[in-house]
Amino acid sequence: MSRTIVVTSGKGGVGKTTSSANLGMALAKLGRKVVLVDADFGLRNLDLLLGLENRVVYTALEVIARECKLDQALVKDKRQPNLSLLAAPQTRNKTAITAAHMKALVDVLSRYFDYVLVDCPAGIETGFQNAIAGAKEAIIVTTPEISAVRDADRVIGLLEANRIKDIKLIINRLRPNMVKTNDMMSVEDVLEILSVKLIGVIPEDEQVIVSTNKGEPLVLSEKLPLAGTAYENTARRLDGHEVEFIDLNAPRDSFMARIQRWFTR
Amino acid sequence: MITQLLERFFSGRPKATSGQQVKQRLKFILAHDRAAISPPMFEAMRQEILAVVAKYVELDEDSLEIRLESDNRYTSVVANMPIRPLRGEEPTEVAPEFASEELTLPHPPAPQGKPQLDGDSSPLH
Repeated sequence: MSRTIVVTSGKGGVGKTTSSANLGMALAKLGRKVVLVDADFGLRNLDLLLGLENRVVYTALEVIARECKLDQALVKDKRQPNLSLLAAPQTRNKTAITAAHMKALVDVLSRYFDYVLVDCPAGIETGFQNAIAGAKEAIIVTTPEISAVRDADRVIGLLEANRIKDIKLIINRLRPNMVKTNDMMSVEDVLEILSVKLIGVIPEDEQVIVSTNKGEPLVLSEKLPLAGTAYENTARRLDGHEVEFIDLNAPRDSFMARIQRWFTR
Repeated sequence: MITQLLERFFSGRPKATSGQQVKQRLKFILAHDRAAISPPMFEAMRQEILAVVAKYVELDEDSLEIRLESDNRYTSVVANMPIRPLRGEEPTEVAPEFASEELTLPHPPAPQGKPQLDGDSSPLH
């Protein structure tokens, strides 16, 4: 049974594309056949995060316009052959396709892959409506910030109105130290407000920037950074495994760093 | 770092943390988002509800509360409107003036059953 999942957030910059890339790669590592679909037409980025930008020849637009075959547009990742990318066109704008196109595309892909992950654009307009058209499940990405949580709540409402009831939550960029000093909402706070099922908590991690620079998702790193482990755990939960959440409060940094933090807290 | 340290020693306990503040703000704004009612519109509704209830009972203005509450993705209007208790001593204060049989009313008496709309406590009504 193939699963079609849209990764969405409402607000931009909370880590939708980073989460899509890492979940897709982690699921592929688990042996699932995964296709990542970039639905952010006109502002594509997923190819960059995967380091596949130089291999994109055709995009979803050419497939829809029947200018190429579907398999010609799929870019297979050489590091992880279970993972393929269907890129979004960069030149045309969001009005180039319709929700019906997107649904047809996702339906066809679901025949060949275990997971079709759709990376949704920010906002709740046409691009969002198109991206959710073919999905049966959704992953909401939010950060513990007021604007991101508000937008997430709005998006959850819209998904439910569009008959997508299976909604799971990733809380991204959590700073355990700020939660400890009560200067950031905790995982429990966000869950209490949004009331959806939690599937992942990703700590703020500088390695995310490094991995983006390199075009290599965190979960491909040899020595997994904390956020990479968190993404792997999230993917395994998504795949139906019981995985305990990491204790983000356990001390991980050096003795001196902890002393300094005690003074500046 | 030094100034932060000094601040910590001299400012005493911190005030309400920003984490608590943001949660309260979010709960408030989400209740309005989910019910699709803006705070000014809600205030108008609140006033109307109060006016209707106050027609029938005298409300304790200080402790009444009408607000939106969201729980588990369901939003409800929650109202707590305590009725002002009748005070025992008031009637005794005015009673002697009404003792006289010759008392006349300056206005015709109000029709029976019409509730008193305002808080006017003039003894001659």
